[in-house]
Amino acid sequence: MNNTVIQAEGLSKLYRRGLQVDDGLRHSLEAFLRSPVASLRRKKEETFWALKDVSLEVREGEVLGLIGRNGAGKTTLLKILSRITRPTTGWAEIHGRVGSLLEVGTGFHPELTGHENTFLSGAILGMGKREIERKFDEIVAFAELEKFIDTPVKYYSSGMYVRLAFAVAAHLEPEILLVDEVLAVGDINFQKKCLGKMGDVARAGRTVVLVSHQLNQIRSLSHRGIWVDAGQIRMDGNTHEVVSAYESAMARGDTNGHSQDRGTATKARFLSWEIAEPGPEPPHTLATVGPIALKFVVQVTSAVHMGHHGVTLYNHDRQLIWGWAVDNVELEPGVHELRYSFPMLPVRPGPYSWAVSLYEEGQLLDAWECLPEMIVATENFQHRYDHRSGVLNIPSKFSIT
Amino acid sequence: MFRPLFSFLWYSSQGFVPPSGAFAQTRMASVTESSVAHPLHPGASATIRIEPPSGLFELRLREVWAYRELLYFFVWRDVKIRYKQTAIGVLWVVLQPVLNMLVFTLFFGRLAKLPSDGLPYPVFYFAALVPWTYFSYALQMTTNVVVDNQRLITKVYFPRLILPISAALSGLVDFAIGFVVLAIFTVAYGIRPTLAALWLPALLLLAVFTALGVGLWLSALNALYRDVKYVIPFLIQFWMFASPVAYPSSLVPPRWRWLYGLNPMAGVIDGFRWAITGRGHSPGLLLLASSAVVALIVLGGLFFFNRMESSVADRV
Repeated sequence: MNNTVIQAEGLSKLYRRGLQVDDGLRHSLEAFLRSPVASLRRKKEETFWALKDVSLEVREGEVLGLIGRNGAGKTTLLKILSRITRPTTGWAEIHGRVGSLLEVGTGFHPELTGHENTFLSGAILGMGKREIERKFDEIVAFAELEKFIDTPVKYYSSGMYVRLAFAVAAHLEPEILLVDEVLAVGDINFQKKCLGKMGDVARAGRTVVLVSHQLNQIRSLSHRGIWVDAGQIRMDGNTHEVVSAYESAMARGDTNGHSQDRGTATKARFLSWEIAEPGPEPPHTLATVGPIALKFVVQVTSAVHMGHHGVTLYNHDRQLIWGWAVDNVELEPGVHELRYSFPMLPVRPGPYSWAVSLYEEGQLLDAWECLPEMIVATENFQHRYDHRSGVLNIPSKFSIT
Repeated sequence: MFRPLFSFLWYSSQGFVPPSGAFAQTRMASVTESSVAHPLHPGASATIRIEPPSGLFELRLREVWAYRELLYFFVWRDVKIRYKQTAIGVLWVVLQPVLNMLVFTLFFGRLAKLPSDGLPYPVFYFAALVPWTYFSYALQMTTNVVVDNQRLITKVYFPRLILPISAALSGLVDFAIGFVVLAIFTVAYGIRPTLAALWLPALLLLAVFTALGVGLWLSALNALYRDVKYVIPFLIQFWMFASPVAYPSSLVPPRWRWLYGLNPMAGVIDGFRWAITGRGHSPGLLLLASSAVVALIVLGGLFFFNRMESSVADRV
């Protein structure tokens, strides 16, 4: 029962930053024409260690949650373990049949029907043809798509698409399951259903390695937590201890490698944030597009006059989604709630981070990248060609007149 | 058709699998057997070893074999998608070489009066266009297959070699349809098949490996430099004129024949005409040279593709 199924020793991964494919040849040619000799020498590219000297051991039946900030190296670790990318140094051994789930709908093709995509995606995720045939009815029933299974998925709503995609994935029966953040899509009811299914997997004694930004999810699913920070393992142990340590460190703004510059002044400190409406729980997950209200709690030790307060919202790719600023802020000593309300916040499902700041006469009092991150779990209206679908999540109707 | 091709790949791998390649499967002797017993279950209950790319020639053809069911699904997907949105579907497969044949017959035959080695022009051109259409299609598919599946490559693991192989194979469905039409057509012209037709599978295999070998190079290059995409149409056009599609190879001056033999498609197309009609000369020696060239291209392509493979998921 307690055999080691994953063993990793000194895994490191070096990435080259800004390696663009599209300007490849032209860039190489230009460089060559300019200085033929220099360009043939190995260039000094800007590099960074996404993962540095990570060793870990996972035992059979363990459910391991990986937590950490964006860019801490969780996904890189998962990609190495699922063999999508290879480590720069170090090694790992995995004993057993591995299934990895890094996105929902891997291999789906819009022109194919739900039926055809079930087989295609199942095969890509590692199921055999006979295995898919055996589980087909169960998959369709789980997705609640009996009526539409022979319709091309390009006519599916995004909710239907996600349901089918997840149903296929949920019926994988690997001995070791590697999962990355895939549950942060779809509406909250379906998420719960998927969580239930994943709980079954965990109870069935299979090994699961799960990356998530949703700390409550990690808490409810995993026995053991690993906090990855700046490419290294910062803490490894009981889930509740690790998640709590992570949460409190985040609240302090202590992030080791990525320490936030919170200014030197002690006049004001942001303490916490939450979704005030529609409250009260879960306080950091958005299950509706609106109306909503947020509150940022700030503690002020001596009065702030003529303050300047800014707020920004970033998505998972650090793209600025929205920003706002208020001048002439007057704050008396004490704890205040800075409240924002929105008729709607139509952004795509996924993890987001808020950042708030407070200045007085041009001097930074506090700047805080809010933790935990905000998880948007509304229905997704995203087109399947997702690289062209932008950042807004708005249902649209098309007609020709 | 599929099985002999792959067992060839598999057997040829024996000499090239280094004992300690990344994901080396040396400790999995029993596992390999079990994965043969249950068709897919890739790497079932195996010990997978993950290591940095070693830079050596690590061919994991055994792993490709373990994933053969996925290979089948990729081919099946390509074929399905191709006909999904077309109004007349499969008819295009027949129309493409037929229309080309008509154009060639009219311009190269009737107007330019190029020799046809004594064959009726329509048969002469059709017999060349069926393998050529397969080849040019397979080459295009193979070149783009890594770029087209980039998203998949960054999200799930499978031996990347499956992609170019599936691309080279998916054109065979079109080929089969075109070939049936060609056979009917030839018989309608009063040409009866001879024993030479037994050479057809070998010729087809040579065309598949040519497309795969060149495609391996181009798909890897295409993943690094998107410029390759723009070079392809030109390359295919040039290659067609460098092959005896529009003219008989007897038109090539004897002192250049050796150079001509370096083009494997010259042997394939000449061979096709001969095998279908039983007329003219067998391209024996030309074919031997072509096979040697193709073997080199495929081996080099596997090596190059393999080097690229370990970094392609990082280049997005």
